[in-house]
Amino acid sequence: MTKNETKVFKVLCFLCMLFAVSPAVSAMHIMEGYLPPTFCVAWGVICLPFLFLGFTRLNRQVKENRKSMTMIAMAGAFIFVISSLKIPSVTGSCSHMTGTGLGAILFGPAAVSVMGLIVLLFQAILLAHGGLSTLGANCFSMAIAGPIISWLIYKGLGKAGVNRKVTVFLAAAVGDLFTYCVTSIQLAMAYPSAEGGFQASLVKFLGVFATTQVPLAIIEGILTVIVVIALESFAQSELKAIHFNA
Amino acid sequence: MTKQNKKLVMILLIVAVLLVVGPFIAMRGAEFGGSDDAGSEMISEITGTDYEPWFEPILETAIGGELPGEIESLIFCIQTGIGVGIIAFLMGKFMERKRLMTLYPEIAQKEGM
Repeated sequence: MTKNETKVFKVLCFLCMLFAVSPAVSAMHIMEGYLPPTFCVAWGVICLPFLFLGFTRLNRQVKENRKSMTMIAMAGAFIFVISSLKIPSVTGSCSHMTGTGLGAILFGPAAVSVMGLIVLLFQAILLAHGGLSTLGANCFSMAIAGPIISWLIYKGLGKAGVNRKVTVFLAAAVGDLFTYCVTSIQLAMAYPSAEGGFQASLVKFLGVFATTQVPLAIIEGILTVIVVIALESFAQSELKAIHFNA
Repeated sequence: MTKQNKKLVMILLIVAVLLVVGPFIAMRGAEFGGSDDAGSEMISEITGTDYEPWFEPILETAIGGELPGEIESLIFCIQTGIGVGIIAFLMGKFMERKRLMTLYPEIAQKEGM
């Protein structure tokens, strides 16, 4: 990071801290208008440092090696496809996957936050799915929290010497599931129950979102493994360009 | 792609399809609405009142009503199409390149691949 970039990053982090200490706020994509304004702003500001890091990370990557563009396009396109498919689940309602695991594995969590944001904007503006007011909260759960978990699992299990395909599967699946857990937490914080408060609410929201998501998380894990197998078979030079050690 | 990987990919694809079809068949008669709708019902249940969103989607404000289902599915398809297009184009390119590289190893060496 250059000096200027470090400075901006520090300022953004500081802004975040300010919001973290200020009011204890009360709220999958979370729908437009369903999160009180204070929460919307707070989640939005928390996303800023990650997005900034992501932009610089992608910029640097492309400058270093033009070849990485294709892999960036691939990871972004994967999120586009995966998050557009609504899939029936065991609870009798539909949900969709996030697709952010692949990007997190290839580029690290910061870069994915930018790709995720693009998809969320597309859906919020054109589809009235998710929303502009809840963009910050949704961006945090889908494009930041989930990918961070994916990346940690990928790195951790990779070091521990677990089978690569199993590692990729778990990283993508757990990251996907975690996204919806974060959504539940966000909603429970905004809407604590009259009796039982935050925890009672959390259990209820987890019941809706997380349970629905379990089979979908498995599917996302499977699809991510397939894409990684394909890339490792046919795109070795591109993977080398982004320092993805096969 | 090795034979072993090919087999694995086939099996994984079948499992993925079963995971989608399974709940659909098993839960006959279920509505399969969006889980975000289920979420907003939960909010109403917790707050004890019908929750009024404080902000309307700008698209709905612009067209003065809800997005028609057919149009919504059109836009979802466009989203899928953009993604699939990019992935299919790149994968096709990669596969053909690999085939050519094995046919002409001297060029591959020059390109450093």
